[in-house]
Amino acid sequence: MTHILVIAEHAGGKLNPATAKCVTCASQISDATVDVAVFAAQADALAAEAAQIAGVNRVLKIEDAANAEPLAALLAPQVVSLAQKYSHVFGPSTTFGKDLMPRVAALLGVGQLSDIMAVEASHRFRRPIYAGNAIITVEAPADRKVVATVRTASFQAAGGAGSAPIEAVDVTAELPSHTRFISRSAAATGRPDLQTAARVVSGGRALGSAENFKVIYSLADKLGAPVGASRAAVDAGYAANDLQVGQTGKIISPELYIAVGISGAIQHLTGIKDARTIVAINKDAEAPIFEVADIGLVGDLFAILPELEKALG
Amino acid sequence: MSKILVGLKRVVDYNVRVRVKPDGSGVVTEGVKMSINPFDEIALEEALRIKEKGGASEVIVASIGPAETQQQLRTGLAMGADRAILVQSEQALEPLSAARVFLKLIEKESPQIVLLGKQGIDDDNNQTGQMLAALWNRPQATFASKIELDGTLARVTREVDAGLETIEVDLPAVLTTDLRLNEPRYVKLPEIMKAKKKPLETLALGDLGVDVAAQFKTLNYAPPPSRQKGIMVKDVPELLATLKQKGLVQ
Ligand SMILES: Cc1cc2nc3c(=O)[nH]c(=O)nc-3n(C[C@H](O)[C@H](O)[C@H](O)COP(=O)(O)OP(=O)(O)OC[C@H]3O[C@@H](n4cnc5c(N)ncnc54)[C@H](O)[C@@H]3O)c2cc1C
Repeated sequence: MTHILVIAEHAGGKLNPATAKCVTCASQISDATVDVAVFAAQADALAAEAAQIAGVNRVLKIEDAANAEPLAALLAPQVVSLAQKYSHVFGPSTTFGKDLMPRVAALLGVGQLSDIMAVEASHRFRRPIYAGNAIITVEAPADRKVVATVRTASFQAAGGAGSAPIEAVDVTAELPSHTRFISRSAAATGRPDLQTAARVVSGGRALGSAENFKVIYSLADKLGAPVGASRAAVDAGYAANDLQVGQTGKIISPELYIAVGISGAIQHLTGIKDARTIVAINKDAEAPIFEVADIGLVGDLFAILPELEKALG
Repeated sequence: MSKILVGLKRVVDYNVRVRVKPDGSGVVTEGVKMSINPFDEIALEEALRIKEKGGASEVIVASIGPAETQQQLRTGLAMGADRAILVQSEQALEPLSAARVFLKLIEKESPQIVLLGKQGIDDDNNQTGQMLAALWNRPQATFASKIELDGTLARVTREVDAGLETIEVDLPAVLTTDLRLNEPRYVKLPEIMKAKKKPLETLALGDLGVDVAAQFKTLNYAPPPSRQKGIMVKDVPELLATLKQKGLVQ
């Protein structure tokens, strides 16, 4: 039997959809039981939400004032104390999971697998390297725990029909005081989440200024889509850092991705490979983005976008 | 005064489009341009700035890699690092092994800050800094886009999915860098000449007495699934018609 522990990610009293995607990944291992651990200051509502994820066997609730903020240095020893009973410990390949899981693995004395994109067997997985230019099949040792992050764009969120039992758990772990949360400045956009949205409109360096970048927002509003950006646009201050799409930004998988004035550097493309349909608008017919685009339109974005917006009604 | 230890990994240059070998045994690295991992270059730049502002007395660059890694370390010295350590290894190490090696270097050098790139752009693992912090039993502040030192602590702004988060860690600590922390300086020719005289110490991996056995087996390398060739449309009406036909807009 394979016993898998999934570490829930949450913010503002809500589970991150990445959690249900990790459950999907874990459930693809045959004969696996999947438990979800919720670390929080107040975990009741979150645990109830996790209990509804289809395929979850049990929800562990670890309530502690120290868990109010997701600090890896504090969470890792707690995860380790729970991990003893499990063969696998999974977290999402988000900044939360990437921060936490390697610390957990090292405390357990095992390596970690990053960005699982496919499950082949209980100890055999596929993952991308070199910004997605190669996919490797990796075998983890059968006699050790598997600690991994799950590439959330590769898995659909498990449904919400479950009713798993919830258990409050006390963990025995010494929590360090050397790491303290100060603040978080989330750009509250009020827009759909980039990582779960069905449509995304992204702008690149070509926009030229934060002011001009508004045409991207304007088209996105028409489509009910969140906005993404290339690194160049973020570096130049046209868009906030959490909008960056790519190898070092967000990996997304919308139905429709519209790239406007983005050249299509490999680091950007790795973030959009899972998009169903990619539309590229670029004035340079030779831009590499057209090699991956399903629909390409060569022209000046400043002429095309207003026309497109108008045509959308 | 305090030291900063910076990790520099030798990786395929970020401009190279990496290809998988036809027999699936690896990726083509022969004759390919190698560089300092971009995130590590940012880590070194940050260390140099800290030193220039009086926040450290010495910047040490360290790498684990084959003899040719001296090139990247020399570049690091030319950027301004004071000395370099090469842990020579023909075998590529997994992050946990790399972290164990760095822990040895920490024991040897007692740095106040260890600055690493958040990920190597070869394996894209994003693990070594976190693992090192765990083994060292010290704080980690990953994905840093701003670092402020204040006596015995560091306030670090981190790039997280939701935006920016600021945490405070007691030193010594491991910090890993994100792209927007700084823009690394260009190396000037006289610096390259000067760097040739700076100390570069070579240690044999085998002499360090760390367990570097690989845990994972890579069974196969494959190219990513290719996307179907798309179509070009001539204008907005045709674009819209195509999107409607695919049911992507009403
Ligand atoms: C380690 C590392 C990690 C990276 N991670 C990421 C990442 O996560 N995400 C990311 O995006 N990048 C990343 N990059 C950067 C990446 O290499 C590119 O530099 C970046 O994606 C370029 O952004 P861009 O396409 O907006 O700009 P450019 O490459 O400058 O492209 C601008 C495009 O706009 C077009 N254009 C100009 N004017 C107009 C107009 N009026 N109308 C229409 N088109 C126009 C041009 O033809 C051009 O193709 C990373 C780089 C490194 C080294």
